[in-house]
Amino acid sequence: MPALAVQGLRKAFRKRKGLLRRNVTEHWALKGISFAVEYGETYGLLGPNGSGKSTMIRILSTLLEPDDGTIEVLGYRLPAQEREVRERIGRVSVDAAFYKKLSAMENLLYNAYLYNFDRQTAVDRAVEILTRLGIRRNRLYEPLEEMSRGMQQKVSIARALIINPPLLLLDEPTTGLDPKSKRDVQDFLEELRRASGTTIILTTHDMGEAERLCHRIGMLAHGRLVAEGTAAELVMQAGVANLEDAFVRFAGEKLTDDETEDVTP
Amino acid sequence: MRETGTTLANQAWLRQIWAFIYRDHQLTKRYWSWVVVFSVYALVNSASVALIGVAAHDRRLTLTLTIGVAMWSFLSVIFNEISMSIAFERWEGTLEYTFMAPVSRLIHLAGVSIYASFYSLARLVVVLLGLLLFIDLDFRGANLPGIFVVLLVSSLACIGLGLIAAILPLMSPERGAEATNIVQGILLLVSGIYYPVSVLPKWVQPLSVVSPATYALRACRRLLGVETAQPGKILAGCSLFDVRWELIILVAMGAVFIPAGLWIFGRVEAWAKRSGKLKRTG
Repeated sequence: MPALAVQGLRKAFRKRKGLLRRNVTEHWALKGISFAVEYGETYGLLGPNGSGKSTMIRILSTLLEPDDGTIEVLGYRLPAQEREVRERIGRVSVDAAFYKKLSAMENLLYNAYLYNFDRQTAVDRAVEILTRLGIRRNRLYEPLEEMSRGMQQKVSIARALIINPPLLLLDEPTTGLDPKSKRDVQDFLEELRRASGTTIILTTHDMGEAERLCHRIGMLAHGRLVAEGTAAELVMQAGVANLEDAFVRFAGEKLTDDETEDVTP
Repeated sequence: MRETGTTLANQAWLRQIWAFIYRDHQLTKRYWSWVVVFSVYALVNSASVALIGVAAHDRRLTLTLTIGVAMWSFLSVIFNEISMSIAFERWEGTLEYTFMAPVSRLIHLAGVSIYASFYSLARLVVVLLGLLLFIDLDFRGANLPGIFVVLLVSSLACIGLGLIAAILPLMSPERGAEATNIVQGILLLVSGIYYPVSVLPKWVQPLSVVSPATYALRACRRLLGVETAQPGKILAGCSLFDVRWELIILVAMGAVFIPAGLWIFGRVEAWAKRSGKLKRTG
């Protein structure tokens, strides 16, 4: 049984317009997506803006309900068993969403209490993870707003990992990070996968990152999974020289195309 | 350690409630300058209103206004903290992380409500102590323990109303917070905080029936001895038994509003998950 099995997933966002709000416009973010991820595997979801990556992550995070299709996460069905799923997933989003006035430690303790961890375990885990990511212990007690974007993102990773989740959802975790911070995060994720066997779903716009971290990659375009395989297989299928060219071939557009984000009402 | 198993799982809800109390306490400390600003504003506002009674050389009017501003200071903070809790999460950007945690909404909102109650009680003490700098408050004959009981009982009904209003920021990221303030303003208007409900236009008066503040104030004024038919006269405060009907109505409101608030919140959360409204940005 795979760690994650998605079958025929469809999701539309509807907007009501007009004075009486009778006109309904519909935008299909996901148009019947199916894929499976094995335990311990790192699976990359690549796609241009608006392709449905973030919608997929939000559905897996239990924040959004699909219109159609089935999802099994670690043997639990969504949305019926969302509490069981919530106990077992960690998430890092593109922007580090924190109480910025609170320190890193205060944010992490709040999160740890929500997941029923005691204070000492949470402090030990936080220090261990953040030290590994290159943040000194004394900085954990500074307000988040005084930390750089890279440091905030590392704290965000610690928040996801402090509960030791079997499944990690990473939504563009290294976007906006400097090369050193990006490398720190990537090294840590590789080490995590090796040491803990954590299953990882990673969305990214960085082809190098996808090649380095992902066992397999699914390419999304306009709400559809248009190609799937290892980086080498995708390059071969597309008959091009590298993964970026393969992406352009499959997605039908360049990475820098700034299509509108997932349209949510 | 992460604690699982039946016995320890029974304690999980306590730790999760503590998570919200811990978070809100830390946020209060970090936003201390705003806490000072709001407390000073509440004090100045209360003193300004109560001094109208002093200017009229009317002790009864002074006490009537003082209990009105004090009660409103207490109940409005509870209502505001709870009804705006979702809007605060959205402003901080943490909404998605709180909602994807394995915490029932009952535990979530209980944690928020418990902290809001203690915070508003502390604010009330600050306002009352501050009022002593402006007004020679004379509570001779008042049933002060009784007033404290009414305060506690009325807070339950106010928590329920706050839970119901908290759905507004969930339904509309753009305008929900504004709508919550309108609800709070209407409660202020119809509850007889500064004047008897009877002076309101007839078409507005029915609204006072659904406001817990109406009954809380009526009970408190009788416990103070200022709710009499004789103008300018102050009697000895009545007993709690004498305000039993107000207490029964307040308990009933709490018993209806809290479950109703949780139920409505659950329905709206499910709708938000279908429509994509459960997101951090507005």
